[in-house]
Amino acid sequence: MIHSVLTLGSGSKPMFTNPAIESFKSFVNQISVPEFSLPIFSVLFILMMVYYRKWTRPVVSLAILVVFCVFYFGSMLIDHNYLLIIQKPDNVPITIMLLSMMLCLWMAFRNAAINDACLEVGQPLPDADREDKVLVWPDLVYTEMICMILVSVILVVWSVMLRAPLESPANPAGPPNPSKAPWYFLGLQEMLVYFDPWIAGVILPGLIVTGLIVMPFIDTNPKGNGYYTVKQRPFAISVWMFGFLILWVVLIVFGTFLRGPNWNFFGPYEYWDSHLQVPLTNINLSDYFWIFGLGKALPTNPFMREFLGIIFMAFWILVLPVILAKTVMRRLFENMGSMRFYIMAFHLVILAILPVKMVLRWVFTLKYFVYLPEYNLNI
Amino acid sequence: MLNYIRSTQAWNSIFRHGIPRDRRTRVMAVMSNLFLHLHPVAVRKSGIRLSFTWCMGGLTFFLFLAETISGVLLMFYYRPVPEYAYADIIGLRAHVTLGLLREIHRWGAHAMIIAIWLHMMRVFLTGSYKPPREFNWGVGVILLVLTMLMSFTGYLLPWDQLAVWAITVGSNMGKATPFMGMAGPFTDMLLLPGGVPLVTVKSDAAYLLLAGTSVGENALMRFYVLHCIALPLVLAVLIAIHFWRIRKDGGISGPM
Repeated sequence: MIHSVLTLGSGSKPMFTNPAIESFKSFVNQISVPEFSLPIFSVLFILMMVYYRKWTRPVVSLAILVVFCVFYFGSMLIDHNYLLIIQKPDNVPITIMLLSMMLCLWMAFRNAAINDACLEVGQPLPDADREDKVLVWPDLVYTEMICMILVSVILVVWSVMLRAPLESPANPAGPPNPSKAPWYFLGLQEMLVYFDPWIAGVILPGLIVTGLIVMPFIDTNPKGNGYYTVKQRPFAISVWMFGFLILWVVLIVFGTFLRGPNWNFFGPYEYWDSHLQVPLTNINLSDYFWIFGLGKALPTNPFMREFLGIIFMAFWILVLPVILAKTVMRRLFENMGSMRFYIMAFHLVILAILPVKMVLRWVFTLKYFVYLPEYNLNI
Repeated sequence: MLNYIRSTQAWNSIFRHGIPRDRRTRVMAVMSNLFLHLHPVAVRKSGIRLSFTWCMGGLTFFLFLAETISGVLLMFYYRPVPEYAYADIIGLRAHVTLGLLREIHRWGAHAMIIAIWLHMMRVFLTGSYKPPREFNWGVGVILLVLTMLMSFTGYLLPWDQLAVWAITVGSNMGKATPFMGMAGPFTDMLLLPGGVPLVTVKSDAAYLLLAGTSVGENALMRFYVLHCIALPLVLAVLIAIHFWRIRKDGGISGPM
């Protein structure tokens, strides 16, 4: 009975189906929940940063690309729900972004691997010859023209093949479920799972912008100016690329592909069941401390009630940068000077609070560090 | 025939140099053309290698031009009021010859966002934001934000369910701004004399964006003007600064 309802709900049958494929699908569905997949992506990211000389070899990266494409596009043949997600017109840009980003990452890290090998043995970089100039006409102008023509062709073909999305006329009384922001903001909407709108929608995007703008002023490393390298600026590249690839791009993919009705999480091969009820079991830090820890009722004074969370946040934002300056980042602190260092450290600890909160949510079902509804101030 | 045309006074008044075949005329071709003179006459060979630059900055600009042209054409057909907006979009598809304008505009906008992200990634990974290009990186960050705002404001104009509710999700963030949003931290603490709240549902940050308490006709008009006039003007000025500073800050990047 239930099975027949589900098959009805998921529409037509996929092209291939057998028990082995079904167990593969349910395995992928199980590991794709954020508490498994985000750590997996983080590990992959670390492997990417460490072994960039190995995976950027053309044969290896081509193999990776083929495997990715087989899974990414091949899945359309084995599952109808996945097919619906990938085919949705508004999701097509994401596929294009993923493929073009992989190509660009490969070019960047390939160049970095070549340059770093030269730097290691003290050879000049392949591109170091400043006097090796060519005239703009014809070399650059023609390249630009070819690029323009190519992109025009791609754009027209894309437009002919795929209609721009248009749903039913606006109905102020009937929100669709799920209601989603445009895809390029879905990383922020995904952060709403972990933080209130004032942080996920205002503070974090604001700090992304200020962080990017101050970046040239806090990055005092003179090396790696004008050429690809990983070895000469490991800290800058790993922090920035982690923020961009994991906390921005991966969260966008989650938000578009894997968040269904009521913003519930669904695996890539799962049917978006709008009646699915997920119990809300998240618990505040203050409840943990007073009720579970001390066995008391919550104090009536809100600041007394939340003192532990407030102390933690104060420690995280005000004390942790100082500790970093005195211990693991001492050399950085001496090189940068206190002003630059503390601006950098402030952005760094705020960036880090997102994965920290994610882990605490997954492990301890933590809801808020600080829960002050009296001031609309929940962290 | 061609030789005759090239010898006419009219031809020579437009192109003040011969065919760009030797070094002198090639330099002239770049210098004497308003559009080409954005470039220097010569660049480093490694700087324009495709695997180095990825062409993404240039493509972002090209897509900006494509969006401008298709956008101007769309403005001939589209009326930004709830009564007509959706019907005009349907009409664009059904009645306009080759009805591809909206598709090109929509997919071009998405492509522009992808291109500008990849451009930013390239500039970061080559360390091209480092001195002397700090300021231009900052201009680029503002351009990135404006590009996403352009796309966001344009998202509302089709006036379908997708548009209205996506903008509702986005503008709800404005309600949560500290001190300035209805539901934001500390907003309740801001009181006028007599205990009157300073920030109300009709004066908070989301109201400023939507010109209403929800996404309605005022919001549509406001987003239309932002999308078609205000943001593109700011964008155009900043693009000019961005290009100018590339030249002034040492040209396209390469090993120092």
